[in-house]
Amino acid sequence: MRSRWRFITPVVALGLVLAACSGGNNASAPAGSGGGSLSGATVTVIGTWTDVEQKNFLAMVKPWEDQTGATVKYQGTRSINDILAAGIPTGVLPDLAGLPGPGQMAEYVQAGALKPLDGVLDVNTYTSETAPGLVKLGQVDGKTYGVFIKASIKGLIWFNPKLHDYSSSPPATWDDLKTQAKANQGNAKAIWCLGISSGDASGWPATDWIESILLRQAGPDVYNSWWQGKTKWTDPAIKQAFDTYMNDVVANTFGGGTNAVATKFDLAGDPLFATPPGCEFLHQASFITGLGKFPKEKTGVDYNFFPFPSINDQFKGAVEGAGDLFGMFHDTPAAKSLMKYLVTAPAQDIWVKAGGALSANKNATDYPDDISKRSADILSKATAFVFDASDNMPTAMNAAFWSHMVSLTAGKETVDQALAALQKVADDAYSQ
Amino acid sequence: MTAIASAEATSSAGKGWFARNRPGIGLHGAIVFLMIIWLIPTVGLLINSFRPGDVASGSGWWTAIFPPYAFTFENYAHVLEQSNLGTNFLNSLFISIPATVIPLFVAAFAAYAFSWMEFPGRNILFVVVVGLLVVPLQATLIPVLKLFATWGIAGTLLAVWLAHTGYGLPFAIYLLRNYMGALPREVFESAAIDGASPVTAFFRLAIPMSVPVIAALAIFQFLFVWNDLLVALIYIGAVNPDNLPLTVSIAGLVTSIGGGTQFLGAAAFLSMALPLIVFFSLQRYFVRGIVGGSVKG
Amino acid sequence: MTDKLVTAIIVVIAVPAVLVGYIWGTEQALRLVSERMKPRIRPWLWLLPAFGFLGVFLVYPMIGTVVTSLQDKFGKKFVGLTNYAWFFGSDDALTALKNNALWLIFLTLLTVGLGLLIAVLVDRVRYESVAKSVIFVPLAISMVAAGVIWLYMYGYSPPGAPQTGTLNAAIGAVGISPVPWLQVESFSVNTFALIIVMAWMWTGFAMVIISAALKGINPELLEAARVDGATELQVFRGIIFPLLVPTLVVISTTMIITALKAFDVVFTMTGGQLKTNVIGTLMYQEMFSFGNSARGAAIAVVLLVAIVPIMFFNISRFRAQEAIR
Repeated sequence: MRSRWRFITPVVALGLVLAACSGGNNASAPAGSGGGSLSGATVTVIGTWTDVEQKNFLAMVKPWEDQTGATVKYQGTRSINDILAAGIPTGVLPDLAGLPGPGQMAEYVQAGALKPLDGVLDVNTYTSETAPGLVKLGQVDGKTYGVFIKASIKGLIWFNPKLHDYSSSPPATWDDLKTQAKANQGNAKAIWCLGISSGDASGWPATDWIESILLRQAGPDVYNSWWQGKTKWTDPAIKQAFDTYMNDVVANTFGGGTNAVATKFDLAGDPLFATPPGCEFLHQASFITGLGKFPKEKTGVDYNFFPFPSINDQFKGAVEGAGDLFGMFHDTPAAKSLMKYLVTAPAQDIWVKAGGALSANKNATDYPDDISKRSADILSKATAFVFDASDNMPTAMNAAFWSHMVSLTAGKETVDQALAALQKVADDAYSQ
Repeated sequence: MTAIASAEATSSAGKGWFARNRPGIGLHGAIVFLMIIWLIPTVGLLINSFRPGDVASGSGWWTAIFPPYAFTFENYAHVLEQSNLGTNFLNSLFISIPATVIPLFVAAFAAYAFSWMEFPGRNILFVVVVGLLVVPLQATLIPVLKLFATWGIAGTLLAVWLAHTGYGLPFAIYLLRNYMGALPREVFESAAIDGASPVTAFFRLAIPMSVPVIAALAIFQFLFVWNDLLVALIYIGAVNPDNLPLTVSIAGLVTSIGGGTQFLGAAAFLSMALPLIVFFSLQRYFVRGIVGGSVKG
Repeated sequence: MTDKLVTAIIVVIAVPAVLVGYIWGTEQALRLVSERMKPRIRPWLWLLPAFGFLGVFLVYPMIGTVVTSLQDKFGKKFVGLTNYAWFFGSDDALTALKNNALWLIFLTLLTVGLGLLIAVLVDRVRYESVAKSVIFVPLAISMVAAGVIWLYMYGYSPPGAPQTGTLNAAIGAVGISPVPWLQVESFSVNTFALIIVMAWMWTGFAMVIISAALKGINPELLEAARVDGATELQVFRGIIFPLLVPTLVVISTTMIITALKAFDVVFTMTGGQLKTNVIGTLMYQEMFSFGNSARGAAIAVVLLVAIVPIMFFNISRFRAQEAIR
C-alpha cells in the first residue's frame, strides 16, 4: 500500500504544476464584461471541428458572447456520431450540435429530439440570404430543423499552372478535358491523382467522383431519385457513371487503383507539386486547400482550379455541395439566441475571413483570396444545386457505397458485381 | 515454502547458476533480435514525430538519418499549444487514479471470498464473472447512460469512476482469485487457529502476499483508463466538456476533414510518458510477479 | 478546478476508507449472528460490492441487449429471431465470423507463444528488465498511435517510386516489388496484417504474466534436474511447462476473449473494408453508425454465446484445481 502513495503524490504534484502553468486557456471564453441580457447563461455545443477549425468557430461566437454575456462551452470531436447515437435514446444531449448530415437530421427529427427553428429564426430573411438548396435540405415536412453554418463545393478540378495553365480557357466539356489532358501531359506520369484512403470512411472521394459524373451525365433528377433509393443501382444510367469512373479515371491514375486505395485522401494531391509531376489533375472539394502540401504552396501560382466540365450540356451549371449542418436539442433562451446569431452574415464572415470555408449566407463575402471567391460564386450561381448524395443516403447504404468503391478501385470486383451487391444492400437499407 | 520466499530463493540461487551456465551467443542474439523487431515500429514513429508533416509523409523515416536533416519541434509545439491541454491532462489524472483504486479494492474482497470462503455455487458464479469479460463495451453505453441520466450524474467524474470500476472488475477478479487461491493453505489455517477473523487474515496476510499481482493489476487498469476515449466521451462529453480527459485532446488534433495526422505521433509520445512512469515505478513488484496457481513451494 | 482536486483527493482516500470500513462493519454486524451462520453469510457480504458494480454495468445492459436483439430497429415491437436470421444470412457477417476465427486462433497463439518464449529466454540474462520493458511499451501506446505506427509500417507507394512504408522498403532492398499489405485479400493477408498489429501490442501483456509465474517456480526443482544431467529442453518440457499450464490457461482465455472483441485495430486501420471486417466493427457500425441497435444487439448476443465452450473448459479446470488443493 505504501508503494501506491509513493507514486500518487509526485504525480498529483506534477499535475498541479502543469495546471498552474496552463491555467486559463479554456475552450469557454470568460463571460462578457458588459452585463448582457443572457449574462451567466451557458450553451453547450458539440461539433466535429477541432484544432484550427475549432479556433475559427470560437472566434465566430466570441462577438455573441461579448454582446450577451453568455458563455459557449464547445467540444469538438470526430466521434460525434457516437455521442448523438447514445444521446438520442437517453436524452443526454448538448444544447446545439453539428449534425452529421440531412439524413441523420431527419432521423433525429423522427425521434423527436430536434427542436424546430421556425420560431427562432426569421425564416424569410434566412431563406433569402441563404444559398439556394441549402435551405430546403435543413427542412423536414416544411419545417426548418437544421441550418448551414458553412458550406463547401465538391467536384472542382485542381491543376498545377506550372505544367499547363487552364485558367484562361478551362475545358468546357468532359471530352475536351480528355483531349487537352493528353495534349498537355508533358512529363506528368498520369492524368489523375487519386487517393481514397480515410480510415473507416475510406472510399468517400471515389463516391464524390461518381456523384460528379452522374450529376452531369444523367442530370439532377436521376441523381436525386438515385440517393432516395428510387432509381436502382443496376440502372443503366448509374452503370454508365461507374464505367466512366473506371475507364476514364482509374485507368489513368497515378500508380493505378492499388495506389489510389493505399493513398490517404489528404495527401492525394501532393504529386501535383512534384518534379516531374505525378499527375495533371486532382478532383476534390474546395477544402483541399488546407491539406497535404497545399498550404505550403501559393494559390493561383502553384495551384488553381476550374469547375467540373459539363458532360451532357442539358445539365450544365449543376453543382454538388456539402456543408456543416447545425441543429438545436434544447430550446433555452441562450441556445435560441446563439442559433439566430450563427446564420447571420457578420458571423459567417468571421470564419470566411480566416480562410478554408465558404459561407452559406450569400451576404458574407469577406473572402481572403481569389480561389475562395470563385468557389463562393459558383455556389451562389448554381442553376441546380444538389447535396452530397452519399451523405443523404441511409448510413448503411453510405457505408456500403464507400466500401464497394474501395473494392472496385482496388480491382477486387467488377462494376456489375459491385452494383448488384449495392442493390442488395439498398433493398434492405431503404426498407428499414 | 511461501510464494515470496521461493521468489527470493530464485534470485539468489539464480546468480550462482548464471555463473556456471553462462548463456551463449545464440541466446543473446535471439533476445536482441526480438527487441529490435519490437522497437522498429515505435522508433519509426518517434523519428517521424520530429519531422515536418509533409516531409514525414513523403519519405520513409529511415531517410531522416541521412542528410539533409529536417528535424523540427513544430509537431510537439503544436500539441502543447492545444487549448485545454492542461485541464484535460489533469482530468485524465482525476479520472484514472480513482478508477484504478476502487476496482482494486472491490476485486480484492470478491477474490478473497471466491478463494477462501465456502459457499454454494462458488465455481459457477466465478465462471459467470469471468464470462462477463466478453460483454462488449459498446453494448453497455446506452443502457448505462440512461441510468446515469436518471441518477443525475451524467457529465461528472463520478460517472466515469463507477463505469471503469464495473468494466475492470471481471479481469481483476479473475487474476486476483487465481493468485490468492494458490497462496498456502497452511498460513490461513494457522491464522484461523490463532483466532484471527477473516478480516484480519485478509488485511494482514492475503493482501501483503498479493502485492505483486495487485501492482500488476494497478498498471493494467491505469493504462486502460488513461488511454480510454469512448467511455469518457459518452458519459461526460455531451453535457460537460470541461471534464474531458487528455485522449479527447489528442483525438482532436485531427480536424473534421482529416488534416493534422502528423501531430498524432508527437501526441502519442507525450501521452505515453505518464503510464510508462507508472510502469517503471511499479516494475519491481510487477516483475517479481504473479506467482500463483501454478506453483507449489 | 480546486473543487475537482478536492474531490479527487477525497475519493482516493475516502473511498478506500469506506470500503475498508464496510468490510470491518460487516464483521461487526456478523457478531449479531450465531457462529454457525457466520461463514454462510459472510461470503455474500464480501461479494456484494463487486456484484453491485457487475450487475449495474455489465449484467443489466446485457439483459437489455438480449431483449433489444429481439425487437425491431426502433425498439417498438418484437420480431423474434429476425435479427439473428439477418446476421447469419449476411455475407458481411459471415466474412466477419471467418475473420474472427482467424483472430481467435492466431492472436492467441502468437501472444501466448511469443510471450512464453520471451519470458523463458530473458529469464536467463542480466538485462532482463530492459528487454521486458521494450516488449511492454506497445501496450502503453494508445490505439490511435498504434494505428499511425503501423500505417507507416504497411505504407505503399507505386513500384518505381520511393517506398515510404518500412516493410515495403525492406523487401524492396532485396528486389521484391512493393505489396499493398492492407489490400491483399487472398489468403486473408490483410487480416493477418491486422492480427500482427494487435499481437505486437498484447505479447507484452502475456509475457509479463507468464514471466511472473515462471519466477515462482522453485529453483531447487530445476537445479536437481540439471544436476541429474537433463538438457534445457527436457527441463522445460518436464518441469517448467507443466507448472505453467494453469497460468497459460488464464492468459489464453483472456486473449481468446480479446480476439473475439477485437475492434480498435480493425476500425482505425481499415474500417473493416476489403474483407477485414470483424464482429466488433460490425456491431459498432450497426449500433452507432446505422442506428440499428437491434441488429447490433443480436451481434453482441452471438459473441456471448461464442464463449460458452471456453467457460465450460474453465469450469472443469477449476474443479480439477480444487481437487488438488
